[in-house]
Amino acid sequence: MRRIEEVFRKLRKKGDGALIAYVTGGDPEPKWTAKIVEELIRNGADLVELGIPFSDPVADGPTIQAASTRALESGVTPRDVLHIAREVRERFSTPLVILTYYNPIFRMGVQKFFELAEECGIDGIVVPDLPIEEAKEYKKIAEAHSINTIFLAAPSTSSNRLQKIIKYSSGFLYLVALYGTTGARKDLQDSTVQLIGRLLSYTKGQINLAVGFGISKPSHVKTILESGADGVIVGSAFVKVIEENLDDQQQMLQKLGKLTKELKKATLKP
Amino acid sequence: MSLNPVNGKYGKYGGRFVPETLMAAIKELEESYIQIKEDPEFKIELEYYLSEYAGRPTPLYYAENLTRKVGGPKIYLKREDLLHGGAHKINNTLGQALLAKRLGKERVIAETGAGQHGVATAIACAALGLKAEIYMGSEDMERQALNVFRMRMLGAEVHPVDSGSRTLKDAINESFRDWTANVETTYYLIGSVVGSHPYPMMVRDFQSVIGKETREQIHKKEKKLPDALVACVGGGSNAIGIFYPFLGDEEVMLYGVEAGGSGISTGKHAASLCGGEEGVFHGMLTYVLQDSDGQIQTTHSISAGLDYPGVGPEHSLLKAEGRVKYATVNDDDAVQAFLELSRTEGIVPALEPSHAIAYSIELGKTMRKDQIIVVNLSGRGDKDVRTISNHLERGEKDEKD
Repeated sequence: MRRIEEVFRKLRKKGDGALIAYVTGGDPEPKWTAKIVEELIRNGADLVELGIPFSDPVADGPTIQAASTRALESGVTPRDVLHIAREVRERFSTPLVILTYYNPIFRMGVQKFFELAEECGIDGIVVPDLPIEEAKEYKKIAEAHSINTIFLAAPSTSSNRLQKIIKYSSGFLYLVALYGTTGARKDLQDSTVQLIGRLLSYTKGQINLAVGFGISKPSHVKTILESGADGVIVGSAFVKVIEENLDDQQQMLQKLGKLTKELKKATLKP
Repeated sequence: MSLNPVNGKYGKYGGRFVPETLMAAIKELEESYIQIKEDPEFKIELEYYLSEYAGRPTPLYYAENLTRKVGGPKIYLKREDLLHGGAHKINNTLGQALLAKRLGKERVIAETGAGQHGVATAIACAALGLKAEIYMGSEDMERQALNVFRMRMLGAEVHPVDSGSRTLKDAINESFRDWTANVETTYYLIGSVVGSHPYPMMVRDFQSVIGKETREQIHKKEKKLPDALVACVGGGSNAIGIFYPFLGDEEVMLYGVEAGGSGISTGKHAASLCGGEEGVFHGMLTYVLQDSDGQIQTTHSISAGLDYPGVGPEHSLLKAEGRVKYATVNDDDAVQAFLELSRTEGIVPALEPSHAIAYSIELGKTMRKDQIIVVNLSGRGDKDVRTISNHLERGEKDEKD
């Protein structure tokens, strides 16, 4: 249970931020995923978010939608993704977080899902279409299996609601940086910096704050961390590298490693 | 009996399974709606548009020829096909567009499958001076090219959706994504009793005008309640619209007819209640067509308006309670009913309510002559003429082969 918090604590002590890297499990094929994740870890990812693909990813932009489609076409199942995580867990102690929509969990059965997740060494779960109002039972079961429940906060979240979300969250709070879906953006919005400022007064001393959606470049990472966040989540930028190198696995891994290094460097204390 | 949802839930069904970015908007919409719907000015305005513009009340027509042919109970047709735009969809789009205007949103987005809801949205927005943008699967755009032209002529922008199965469910996904990005300025006008709370409740309220009129009309004509109401169910808006005012009348049997496609056993159908299982999809817990891993499946029906892998959560509760009996009718039988009604009554029904007609004909054979069936004729069939002729040609070819 403490693995995620431990990583944040160690980084904070050094004055660094956390780099959380997302890829979709099974993209482009299940047998590649463990290698991809390990490449991210070896090059500096502090946490890895592994996606269980869903047929109808409403919170995702075109890049992750395409990854979900590739992964589903490869035949990967929720169990497969959890088993891939276990493979990685056997070799690395890096925190592993599963990101998926609620239906694959609901379908497997919440109890069964968390049993399997615990068995596979998963540290936290993010479910973008599960708001706290629907998550009472879910949270109880997660806690019983020592798995962190990472909830999302958005620019539209009121302060009142934010406090409730913080109570439901463990590991870190996932702040959605902008109005919209996932996907790399050229520039960071000014409003994101203000948003982080508003949230910090609630999260400080309560929970780690990580920011995602639209973050793809070292300059974005620097700005986010300078604004006071504890970590950044980068997804579509990694997925894009996979998409652009589908025919050449060696090159894909190399480029993923390079991007990880660049982004990690931006999280270090200046 | 289900009434208003508690905490957004109908029993255990429904809810608000949406990304956090939308939660504030959905709660605000619910609060505003509850206030505005009781506002006398809003009621007067909506009533004005429904009667003067859309053509309400619609007749409850005694289908004497069909009745004689079936040889059983009296069959009445609730003629929603006579509404402006050709379907019941406009009851909801006028209501929600007026609401959008009250909320100060000038941009309206909507999803459409066959194009009927897109057209009804384009009409309502043109009438009320709102900007309409419609998401439509690129596959559906090919199949329903005529409705794409209609929407564009009405001043709406139509965005093709190329993701996933390129049909209705993907158009809804894309509408959610647009709404997430533009929630501060945009109103999402959902076309059926689906999605996150409060949509299933709002759309039901706007459509229940069908049942309210039916109740008054049948009382005037027959001095009693009908014995059975029959309606087709895709998302379920026309069905809940006619059922809702009768839910408390236990003596009135209610039948919801889903699209059986090529037959439930073939897996090629769109019958979420009869052939699906509980799942969480498009913001709601409801019956869903899905595989063993929870991936949403593609559907099949000759009727594009029923081609949806989920169903309104209130229907899931009505199924669980046993208040409504849900059944399926296959493509072939729906086409036969389409032809039957066209020939016996001179009324060309849409393919969607043709499923309800087919079921009523069979149901009628088991009922007495002094009984009454009301079928919700939710739309007219002009849009389906080509589909029907293709289907018949294919059938003839198969017979020759």
